[in-house]
Amino acid sequence: MENRRNFLKRTALVGGVLALPGLAGCALPSRARGHVVVVGGGFGGATMAKYLRMWSSAGVDVTLIERNPQFISCPMSNLVIGGERTMADITMSYAGLRDKWGVRVMQDSVSAIDTTARSLRLASGGTLSYDRLVLSPGVDFMYDRVPGLESEDARSRVLHAWKAGAQTAALRKQLEEMPDGGVYALTIPKAPYRCPPGPYERACLVANYFSWAKPKSKVLVLDANEEITSKKGLFTKAFEKYAGILEYRPNSELREVDAGRRTAILDFESVRADVLNVVPPQRAGDIAASSGLKLVNGRWVDVDWLTFESLNTPGVHVIGDAIFPAPTMPKSGHVANQQAKVAAAAILSLLAGEPPNPAPLLMNTCYSFVDSKNVIHVSSVHRYDVATKTVLPVPGAGGVSVAANELEGVYAQAWARNIWADMLL
Amino acid sequence: MKLLRWSVALSLAGMVGVVSAEGESDPTLARNLAATCANCHGTDGRAQAGPGMDALAGGDADRMMQKLRDFRSGARPATIMHQISRGYTEAQLQLIAAYFAARK
Repeated sequence: MENRRNFLKRTALVGGVLALPGLAGCALPSRARGHVVVVGGGFGGATMAKYLRMWSSAGVDVTLIERNPQFISCPMSNLVIGGERTMADITMSYAGLRDKWGVRVMQDSVSAIDTTARSLRLASGGTLSYDRLVLSPGVDFMYDRVPGLESEDARSRVLHAWKAGAQTAALRKQLEEMPDGGVYALTIPKAPYRCPPGPYERACLVANYFSWAKPKSKVLVLDANEEITSKKGLFTKAFEKYAGILEYRPNSELREVDAGRRTAILDFESVRADVLNVVPPQRAGDIAASSGLKLVNGRWVDVDWLTFESLNTPGVHVIGDAIFPAPTMPKSGHVANQQAKVAAAAILSLLAGEPPNPAPLLMNTCYSFVDSKNVIHVSSVHRYDVATKTVLPVPGAGGVSVAANELEGVYAQAWARNIWADMLL
Repeated sequence: MKLLRWSVALSLAGMVGVVSAEGESDPTLARNLAATCANCHGTDGRAQAGPGMDALAGGDADRMMQKLRDFRSGARPATIMHQISRGYTEAQLQLIAAYFAARK
C-alpha cells in the first residue's frame, strides 16, 4: 500500500505524461471517481464489483444488483447432480462484498435501462443513475427453439439445471426418484453455449452415480453437435469407461419436447426417458438482449475487447457468457472472472479520463470431473490482437490433461475455493 | 487529442516486452497481469487454506521466476502450469513474480 501511495504522489506531480501508458509516471486508475452499477452477481459481476472497489481503493461507488439472495455456483454443480456434493457446498453469501468491500448489494432486478440518461429502473420500482453500467447477466434460454417447453408446467418436468439453483436440486431429486433400469437423457444444443465441457461432465457424473446406485440404468447423451465440443479425446476415454451405461449420440439435435411423456423428439426418432434433461439453445441474458445493444446473430453482445464496452452504446459494458465470444474462448466462469478484471481496469482508467490498458491478457482453466475423484482440464491463454481488435489464443500455450487423474481432482477443488474467494471475499 | 492518445496507446500494444522492461514504473500493468493468476492462487496471491494451490504473496521473486522458467521449458513436471506459463512473455512473468513478491 505504501508503494501505491508514493506512486500516487509521483503521478500527481507528473500529470503531464499521464497520456502515455506504459511509460514512467503512467496512469494509475485509483484516481477514478464515479458510480458504477453492476447487474448480475455471478462469476463476472461479483468479480467486477470487488475489483472495482479494491483497485480504486474504494474511490468508486459500486452497486451490485442481483436477483438471488445468495450466490450458487454453476461450476461444481454437476457434483451435486451426481450426488457427490450438497447445495450448501456450492452456495455462498454476498456478505463479503457488502461488509468487506463496501459494495452496495441490492436484491432486485432491472426492468429497463435508459442508456442516454444513464439510468435504470428496478423491478422493485426505484431508479438508479450510473456513470458506467456493467451487465453480467449470463444467458437466457431460447425456448422458441424448443417447442413443447412453452409452459411453466412443462419446464418443471423437463429441467435444464443449466443455471445453478433450484433446478440443480430438482434434477438431483428426479435422478434419486428414478427407478433402477430407467433412462436419463441429456440434450446438448449447438455451440456456442455456456460451459462447453459441462454437459459431458454431467453425463459422466450421472453415469458414475448409476454405476453404484442404479446399475441397470442408462445415460443417453443427445448432442446437436457433430462431435464432443470440449476435451474430446479425454471425454471419449471417460465414456468408454462407462460402456454399458452411457451412450453418446452426435448429430442428434432436439426439435421438440413432449414434456408429459418426457420424450425428446429428434429429426428421425423420438426418445422416451425417465428423466429428460434439456439444455436449451442460449443467448445473452434478457436485460442485455433487450436494451438496444448491438448483437451478433441476434444472440450475443458485440463488445470492444479493450474495454468490454458495447460497440453501439457508450457507457454500457458487458462481460461473461452474454458476449459474442472471441475465437476459441469458452463461455466459462473462469473467463467471466478474467473479463471482469480486464473490464474493471479499463473502467477505472476511463473514469479517471485515461486510456485503457492497450494489451490486455486473459486465461482460462476448466476442470471437469469424470467420476467422484478423477479430473481433466483444458487451459488457454488469450491476448489482445491490435490488427483484428479481438483477443486471440497465444500460440503454443494451453492444452489439456494427459489423462484423467486424482491430483487434478485436488486442484479442481482448490480452484473452486480460490475463484469463489476471488469474487466474493 | 483523445484520438491521438488512443492511437499512442494502441501503438504501444505491440511493445509489451519493451514496456515491461520498465515494469516497476507501471504498477497497473503488473497488477493486471498478476490478477490473471488469482482465480487459482488467490486474490493478490493470497491462496485459500487447503491443499492444491501455492500461495504466491510474499514469495521470493527469483525463485518464482526460476520455477516459471522451468515450467515453460518443461524441466519441471506439471499438470497445467507448463501450458499456462507459455502464454506469457519472459518480461510479463518477471512483472508477475515481482508483483507477488511485493505482496506481504
